[in-house]
Amino acid sequence: MSRAGKTILFRALLIGPALMAITVFMIVPLALMAYISFRGRDYSGGVLWDQFTPEAYVRLFFERELDGTLALNFNYMAIILRSVWLSFLTMAISLAVGLPVAMFMATRNARWKAVLVFMVTLPFWTNLLVRNYAWILLLRDHGTINSVLLWLGVISEPLPLLHNSFAVAVGLTYSFLPFMVLPIYASLEKIDLRLVEASFDLYATRWQTIRRIILPLAFPGIVAGCVLVFVPALGAYITPELLGGGKTLMIGNLIGFQFGGARNWPFGAALGLFLLLLVLISLGLYARRYRGELEGSQ
Amino acid sequence: MRLNPFRARPFPGDVRHWPGLFTATAVFFAYVYLPILILIALSFNENRTVTVWTGFSLDWYRVAFANRDIVGAATNSLIIASVASVSATTLATLAALRMASNDRFLGKAGINAVFALPITVPEIVPAVATLMFFASLGFTFGLGTVIIGHIVFCIPFAYLPIRARLEGMDPKIGEAAADLYANPVRAFWRVTLPQLVPGILSGLVLAFIISLDDFVTTFFLGGAGSTTLPIYIFGLVRTGVTPEVNAISSLMLLLSLSLVSLSLFLGRDQNRKTGPD
Repeated sequence: MSRAGKTILFRALLIGPALMAITVFMIVPLALMAYISFRGRDYSGGVLWDQFTPEAYVRLFFERELDGTLALNFNYMAIILRSVWLSFLTMAISLAVGLPVAMFMATRNARWKAVLVFMVTLPFWTNLLVRNYAWILLLRDHGTINSVLLWLGVISEPLPLLHNSFAVAVGLTYSFLPFMVLPIYASLEKIDLRLVEASFDLYATRWQTIRRIILPLAFPGIVAGCVLVFVPALGAYITPELLGGGKTLMIGNLIGFQFGGARNWPFGAALGLFLLLLVLISLGLYARRYRGELEGSQ
Repeated sequence: MRLNPFRARPFPGDVRHWPGLFTATAVFFAYVYLPILILIALSFNENRTVTVWTGFSLDWYRVAFANRDIVGAATNSLIIASVASVSATTLATLAALRMASNDRFLGKAGINAVFALPITVPEIVPAVATLMFFASLGFTFGLGTVIIGHIVFCIPFAYLPIRARLEGMDPKIGEAAADLYANPVRAFWRVTLPQLVPGILSGLVLAFIISLDDFVTTFFLGGAGSTTLPIYIFGLVRTGVTPEVNAISSLMLLLSLSLVSLSLFLGRDQNRKTGPD
């Protein structure tokens, strides 16, 4: 065998198995999902393979009356908009909290930096379900927060903290906050602190220094952090399921429901494809401007 | 070097001592760690009401360990995580060995994107897509389908640290081996691999944790007899909070925390080319 042939064979043998695993069990299923989203619905929980229909996409906006006419239906749009809004809120809160934390971390000495990065990273590796469950204990009517407030006499009736959008926003922020802190920290860490001193020597105020020196230098990290928080929040399943109750559904739960109680695979597939496209568009916009940053921050 | 990093100093240009940064960080860490600590504390609470503290007790751990369903779910979790993490790490190591080299070939960037795909897409999407795929092929849902799903999303978690480790290796060491007349195969076994082992183990442990903690993929690809601990906990939480859930949850937290510490310890870079900053 030629030398070039050997190189290619060697490459195929090493990379091939992992590439095949992801292709066969992830990319092919995603393509199948796109195909199923244009097929007919089998009410027993399957697909009518020989029937082409855009029904699943029509269903996103319209409801079919008994006589076959279409009526506008905003129920699903409301869930999608809520998902986008809650993810956006999560991103904004994470940014407001994450920026000062990243600034604090980036200005410590090497030993403290290592400890702080470890402490920020640690919760990410603990069970997401358990971390969200912990918030049920805190937010319940007789939970920790209400008990403490009642005991302090701040309130006389327990506040309704669980099973609403507030609880979901708290849970999402809690789940994905480290993704905001770490990339901002990574870009701030490279800043020469003498720039800040120079800015003060030139009579800039603290606010001007933040706006003109720190934010521009931290910008790539901020954008990376926003993408890394927004994308998983948009596809969240566990948090709205546990903390949102039945009323605060997000896209992820709506998709899941089509494969459980609702048994509407083509509609679930269409929603899945829709979520996938939303995510790929966010990532694509980001990658076009900030190539390379995303990989470095993960 | 000053001993106390938090000590205030008056110069306003010194960003290290800006007001609010320390407070914000303290609040942040309280927000991140308090819920976990409260959960662990309540798992030792003796009374059944779950949220009011009455006294210390290990009863809920005893109840949890005596529960056959919990032991069965824990066994399933360990089987799935072991098989999935070992398979994913093997595949990832082979791929990383080839992908970490400096040469360019057609499709290399695309292949890297494919390897990152499972952690880029929200888990619910591939989970339901694979559910439809397996159902169309007539697979029986159970341990097998769950393990396949886990292998796929574990690959990037093993691949990224192993590739990073390979790329961080000093090429001079390999050149030195060649200068000393080691052929490529011998150089791989005696030089590259020993250096890579900590990286591989670190990736293996990360993949193991990710598999152990997974809920979404397991939930949609599982069937009779593939209940794992997170699935079991989810079922209990849906029907109502019980103190046993606190006990199992705390055990899962502690297991993840010790494993990730182990992984970071194994993965720490001993041959950094630059000194400490």
